[in-house]
Amino acid sequence: MSDYIITVENLVKRFDELVAVNDISFSVAPGEIFGFLGPNGAGKTTTINILCTLVKPTSGRALINGFDVVHQQSQVRQSIGLVFQDPSLDERLSGLQNLRFHALVYNVPSSVREKRIKEMLTMVELWDRRKSEVRAYSGGMKRRLELARGLLHYPKVLFLDEPTLGLDPQTRNRIWEYILELRQREGTTIFLTTHYMNEAEKADRIAIIDHGKLVAIDTPENLKTIVSKDIIWVRTDNDDRAAEELRLRYQIEARRDNNGLTFEVASGEGFLPNFIRELGTQILSVSLRRPSLDDVFLKLTGREIRQEEVSNAFKTMVRQRGRHMRH
Amino acid sequence: MNHLRAVYTIWYRDLLRFWHDKMRMIGSIVFPLLFLFIFGSGLSSRMGFLGPGIDFTQFMFPGIIGMTVLMSSFMAGVSVVWDREFGFLKEVLVAPISRTSVAVGKTLGSATVALPQGILILLLAPLIGVSLSVTTMLSLLPLMFLLAVSMGSLGVLLATRIKSMQAFQVVMQMLMFPMMFLSGVFFPVEGLPAWMNVLVKINPATYGIAPIRQAVLGAAPDSPFNISVLGHTMSIWDNIIVMAVFGIVMTLLAMWSFGSQD
Repeated sequence: MSDYIITVENLVKRFDELVAVNDISFSVAPGEIFGFLGPNGAGKTTTINILCTLVKPTSGRALINGFDVVHQQSQVRQSIGLVFQDPSLDERLSGLQNLRFHALVYNVPSSVREKRIKEMLTMVELWDRRKSEVRAYSGGMKRRLELARGLLHYPKVLFLDEPTLGLDPQTRNRIWEYILELRQREGTTIFLTTHYMNEAEKADRIAIIDHGKLVAIDTPENLKTIVSKDIIWVRTDNDDRAAEELRLRYQIEARRDNNGLTFEVASGEGFLPNFIRELGTQILSVSLRRPSLDDVFLKLTGREIRQEEVSNAFKTMVRQRGRHMRH
Repeated sequence: MNHLRAVYTIWYRDLLRFWHDKMRMIGSIVFPLLFLFIFGSGLSSRMGFLGPGIDFTQFMFPGIIGMTVLMSSFMAGVSVVWDREFGFLKEVLVAPISRTSVAVGKTLGSATVALPQGILILLLAPLIGVSLSVTTMLSLLPLMFLLAVSMGSLGVLLATRIKSMQAFQVVMQMLMFPMMFLSGVFFPVEGLPAWMNVLVKINPATYGIAPIRQAVLGAAPDSPFNISVLGHTMSIWDNIIVMAVFGIVMTLLAMWSFGSQD
């Protein structure tokens, strides 16, 4: 047996002619927070659905807690907890009843059932509201309840698919406190997808998937060395002319974004003074920063560049496909 | 043991939801009651007796009980579509329980919540001049449950294949209403035009309504309300067997269909 809690080998998923997951392999160690990032439609959701036995892979193999996701579905399901990006609570039942339902279908022994439900509801600060119907909960309360539910059967692996999407920063922070506390206490492995780069920073390791293929897998620190340069953002009174100047004078291709130009240079501190003096276009505003995960992501997936290439018709198709896959 | 608990949990959730939603119970018996009292009062005096001492309201009464059970169990079975729409189905599908037990639990839950609604109608019997002995009332319960299980499983089966709310509306209009109108709830099913006769006889609901009527109005071999299929007059047990076979097939199909969806 391997020492990994999740092992994925040459996983492929084809939907008709669309290859959603194209031969990916990786492993996750117990207790690790594993970030799984990628642009929309890159194969993230499909991969998660395969790992949690909702979708069967076309080929390849995936093991969770030593169990095969195709041939040992029940054991895999018992080993994992899930918090989906779309709500999956019964709104007509109370918070307490939702958890009881979960405890029953996940074989939580009746001797510890009520105690553990109380423990989880207290942790997410919903014990006082346990008797209200879930439809009366706010978005943040629902997500906290889902988190409590996902943890109720002490899963070995907790899948968090955009766990804080659409929540206010305060709730987001609190949910993260619970997650980190849990990892500390139970050694739970966390498999995380997120669009928030500051959340991805919390991961021990990050895998980036694009077009169904893994394009990088490493610690956040190591990933940042991929973008070894500093990032300069500048706004001028004529960005087109400034971009032209950058190209001719410094052989630098700038990207247009945030009402300005972004480009990379090896050493920002040395470059800026001369640049400001030499540029023929008037500079309105300028900033310099170290690379972030955002930059790594952009560099590896080139999401903005792709959006121009992809025709609208294809985008619509991919979007519908993505929605279909989620079911 | 595990399967049993899964069936129980799914069943119990349906009961809880039903209990939380008492308005649904009132809502779902209003429609049958309107039929019973408005059509009954409006038409009874003009139509005279349909059988020995049985006027239109009295004739319709057992049919209305059946219709109430049919509608509410079918709707409860199809409510899996709502679970999918609101996401809860995902919680069920990733749980370590077999999908066949989910289908069975859902079918039984749908049937169980339909019963009290049928019983409410049943309790109105004295109001419309139908006297029922306690034994008759008790004998109606298994007949109602049989119809409820059959229609509940049909609902679950359809719900596993219906992916959109639009398709759901179409199914309700194109399937449930014709099934209800062509089941002998509102009129005796013998002596109908040939095309209608065929539709009534292939409609499974007919064989769920018929035994309820036979139990309430009597099942004499010469009763004008007996139905005959291919020249054979269906006794109460014949009807029960047809309904039971239909129910078993639907439940097996629902179990299979639930297990094979993704």
